[in-house]
Amino acid sequence: MKLTVNHLAKQFTLHNRDGITVTGFSDVSFTVADGELLALTGPSGTGKSSILKAIYRTYLSSSGTIHLHRKDGSIVDLTTCCENSILELRKKEIGFVTQFLKILPRITALQSVASPLIERGEYEKNARETASQLLDSLNIREELFHLSPLTFSGGEQQRINIARGVIAPRDLLLLDEPTASLDEDSSNRVLDLLLELKEKGIAMIGIFHDKRKTERVADKVYTINREI
Amino acid sequence: MLLNVKELTKVYGQFCADCLLLTGVEQNTTICPRCKSVIAINRVNFSLKGNEVLGIVGESGSGKSTLLQLIYQDIKANSGQIIYNGLSTTQDTGFDLLDCTTTERSFLRNIEMSMIYQSPTLGLNYLFSAGGNVAEKIIGSGERRYKVIRERVIRLLKRLELPDSRVDDYPDAFSGGQQQRIQIAKALSSSPKLLLLDEPTTGLDLSVQAKLLDLIRELQQEMSFAMIVVSHDLGVINHLTDVTMVMKHGSLVEYGLTDQILEDPQHPYTQLLVSSIL
Repeated sequence: MKLTVNHLAKQFTLHNRDGITVTGFSDVSFTVADGELLALTGPSGTGKSSILKAIYRTYLSSSGTIHLHRKDGSIVDLTTCCENSILELRKKEIGFVTQFLKILPRITALQSVASPLIERGEYEKNARETASQLLDSLNIREELFHLSPLTFSGGEQQRINIARGVIAPRDLLLLDEPTASLDEDSSNRVLDLLLELKEKGIAMIGIFHDKRKTERVADKVYTINREI
Repeated sequence: MLLNVKELTKVYGQFCADCLLLTGVEQNTTICPRCKSVIAINRVNFSLKGNEVLGIVGESGSGKSTLLQLIYQDIKANSGQIIYNGLSTTQDTGFDLLDCTTTERSFLRNIEMSMIYQSPTLGLNYLFSAGGNVAEKIIGSGERRYKVIRERVIRLLKRLELPDSRVDDYPDAFSGGQQQRIQIAKALSSSPKLLLLDEPTTGLDLSVQAKLLDLIRELQQEMSFAMIVVSHDLGVINHLTDVTMVMKHGSLVEYGLTDQILEDPQHPYTQLLVSSIL
């Protein structure tokens, strides 16, 4: 097992709105094993992205546990462990591909895709080589490599984002709608990439809306329903 | 941990027995109702790892800059501890900045840590040339050979994208952004383990600000020193830091990962702060 989520819940308390509480999600439990892809599905506003953010600790969970089984055999609870361990884990073991590109406008596409590899200690030349192959396999035109992704189309930005997330894959990858704004061909290439990662033993949790795509890549589906 | 700050307190005024209890976030004031002292820092605790980047945010008068000045020994704290563990010889016990000798203090200020002030006028000596300012810190860190110093100065100024032909010009002949870069060159010249930045880019135009922040980030990754960044600008904090602490009325109100503070703030004041982003 890679990740065990147990009775996880999140409530937002809005102190400046008379302290009202808004429920993000409640009683979420699932497990993900190495090389397995869990698809989170459900209508908008049911807290799918919030669950990913809670695992990444961008959100503090209100109750429940998230146990990450590390390579060395130890288990760490992501809801309570200290900030420094989270930073350490984010560098090496947990990756997050966000829905929207968060990138500096002053860095070229190739550089920003290659940088996770360089940070890991790869030679700059090799990293760039790998990055350009990856971008090529995702249908990004070569003339765009040396431009800032800020000027790209939405679908191109998303593929840059995915490339950045998977070039030096962490053991656990969180994917927030990785194929949302892509055409048929490009999203198939992304799905191929995810299948490749699965074979490498990467555990993944992804948010998908399209049923056909979900069936193609997911091993399990966790559906969240709106509470009435 | 590189730095451990324990129960640090700074009071301007009489400092009566009730000062600390009658001020702070819950009491919503920094002025002691009994003795009218101003409690600038009220029992602040935090620790910092080597190569960690910590941001401090909070309203004006919340004690952010005072905290940096206390660590850099510009001013003296009233009580508490600042334990510095960067010196290899004293690794077991650490080194309390509050009761060290003047010699030890200047050693820490010259070699172990550096401060970058909001205004270059505080960090630079305008009677020395740009190169002279950087050299001053290098000499302070123990180097005495003219040639070595000169070479290091020129290399640093070049790294900060200042033309080496201008090394002998005086600071007032440079633009504000360039003066700030001279200050950074000076601060980094002793290869410090801890860099303190007090509003490093406030007052600079956006393009210069972006360049400067990119440079600071690049240098931090290259030289892997720890940083404490004080800023009003949440964009700067988001860009530079890993963890953030929020201060109000001299107390620490929230501490967490920077993205958590910005996206899921817990304390009412932090929620107000984050909701005020334009």
